[in-house]
Amino acid sequence: MQLTPDAAHVAGGAAADREIRVQGLVKSFRGPQGPIEAVRGVSFDIAAGQTVALLGPNGAGKSTTIDMLLGLLAPDAGEVSLFGRSPADAVAAGAVGAMLQTGDLIRDLSVRELVTMVASLYPAPLGVEEVLELTGAGEFAAQRTQKLSGGQTQRVRSAVALVSDPRLLVLDEPTAAMDVEGRHAFWRTMREFAARGKTILFATHYIEEADAYADRAVLMAHGRLVADGPTTEIKARVGTRTIRATLPGADARTLQRLPGVTGAELRGEAVVLTCSDSDAAVRALLQQYTGARDIEIAAAGLEEAFLQLTADGAAASAPTSGASLR
Amino acid sequence: MNDSSRLPITYIRYELLRTFRNRRFFILSLAFPLVLYFLIAGPNRHVHDLNGSGVSAPLYFMVGMASWGTMTAMLSCGARIAAERAVGWNRQLRITPLSPRGYFRAKVLTGYTMALVSMAVLYVAGLSLGVSLPASSWLKMTFLILVGLIPFAALGILLGHVLTPDSIGPALGGGVALLAFLGGTWFPITGGFLHDFGQYLPSWWLVQASHVALGGHPWHTKAWLVMVVWTALLSVLAVRAYRRDTGRV
Repeated sequence: MQLTPDAAHVAGGAAADREIRVQGLVKSFRGPQGPIEAVRGVSFDIAAGQTVALLGPNGAGKSTTIDMLLGLLAPDAGEVSLFGRSPADAVAAGAVGAMLQTGDLIRDLSVRELVTMVASLYPAPLGVEEVLELTGAGEFAAQRTQKLSGGQTQRVRSAVALVSDPRLLVLDEPTAAMDVEGRHAFWRTMREFAARGKTILFATHYIEEADAYADRAVLMAHGRLVADGPTTEIKARVGTRTIRATLPGADARTLQRLPGVTGAELRGEAVVLTCSDSDAAVRALLQQYTGARDIEIAAAGLEEAFLQLTADGAAASAPTSGASLR
Repeated sequence: MNDSSRLPITYIRYELLRTFRNRRFFILSLAFPLVLYFLIAGPNRHVHDLNGSGVSAPLYFMVGMASWGTMTAMLSCGARIAAERAVGWNRQLRITPLSPRGYFRAKVLTGYTMALVSMAVLYVAGLSLGVSLPASSWLKMTFLILVGLIPFAALGILLGHVLTPDSIGPALGGGVALLAFLGGTWFPITGGFLHDFGQYLPSWWLVQASHVALGGHPWHTKAWLVMVVWTALLSVLAVRAYRRDTGRV
């Protein structure tokens, strides 16, 4: 039984609480114009039994971080500890399951055969039939892997990740290739699995997914961690709206003092207001600037929200760790 | 760790199952050599001393074709590895407890099983064309072929981790054809530059295994040296290629 030790660890206090430790990870790759710093010093801990979303736009360094966490990639600096062990040892002990971002199945085996093959590599796997049922792959278990639809392939991939009954499950953008229905089914399965006391880390660029399925979100942008907290808090921070309006001769500083406005920017005759409360802001704007026209209110794209957060993060950390800034 | 030194038997069983389900294997390492054997050796079945090699045509070509079929069988490991890498399966496997040693063993054993099937088919074909040897010679010949295939096991793994699925097909096809030609698969090379050069290739000594029919030992010191050097060199390169090959393809 794996539930008991995990539960005991959670109750055990702060040190044992931090089961997954990622400390100061750095990784750069050689690029055509010199080195590309994919990950620039990322640290976080995950307590056993938590479901954590690694949230960030494309190119934020999520997959590189995950590759280092799994031991697929050696970090230039920093350390990963999974349940007190190195990634290689944790993997060798069968404690880690993962669904990688890119990946397809090998051909010429039936779904059941493939899952059995993978299960045979682990010391204490789940039953093959149990996993097939849990992931909804049972309906087509006799089919050859090369004859599956995209959605079916994803289900089999999740079965491959779950069959070892891992303590830590890592999912790298698992739903990117799924339709809405497939997504719901997938997360139902993962919730069921998490309920067994498992630790789950999943990368996504859908903030809704982080909000709906994670206890906590770790935000990455440009290879750095820009926020870390309960998903509700994160959503409030990145869930900002922007107001765009044409307003000749406006002054950015006065605009910034409007209620609900956190930032103002002039772009020629247009102004762009970043808002924490766009309702209050638009009321105030129309009252004070009757000449404002072409008003648009938009939810900030995740990309934009991240950029905003990165800028905040850089500004906030500037006095203490200025050397790490570009 | 105890687990990592254990042979992954179930894993190997499914690896074999999927290999035998693949039609390409039957065509390339079984059907082609067999058909060519009957085409080449059939009309010459009564030639007792092929081009002065001292070996009868049916026996010479039996081993020649077996060397081709078994080389293809061993190297096709590389094609499967390249295909696995292309779909990211190589990375998926690395997050299982399957150790590199277990992985290599599974690949080599799969290659050898296929090679044995290919060899058995050609032995039967050879018998049907009148090849006749004492039991001890059959055994010795089989042993030499199996040893001679070791460098090809390493070469298959090496190429699989370096090439893409698109490029590995032509590379293996061309490579095997060249090695087979220089090794004397198609006809005995009895003199000149090719003779001197061929002796440094492992494929040469595979084909030479047919000389058991002449009595004595077909492999002398040079043969063993060639095998050891190629095996060592290719194994080091294969392990290095495997270690470096952790990234997304």
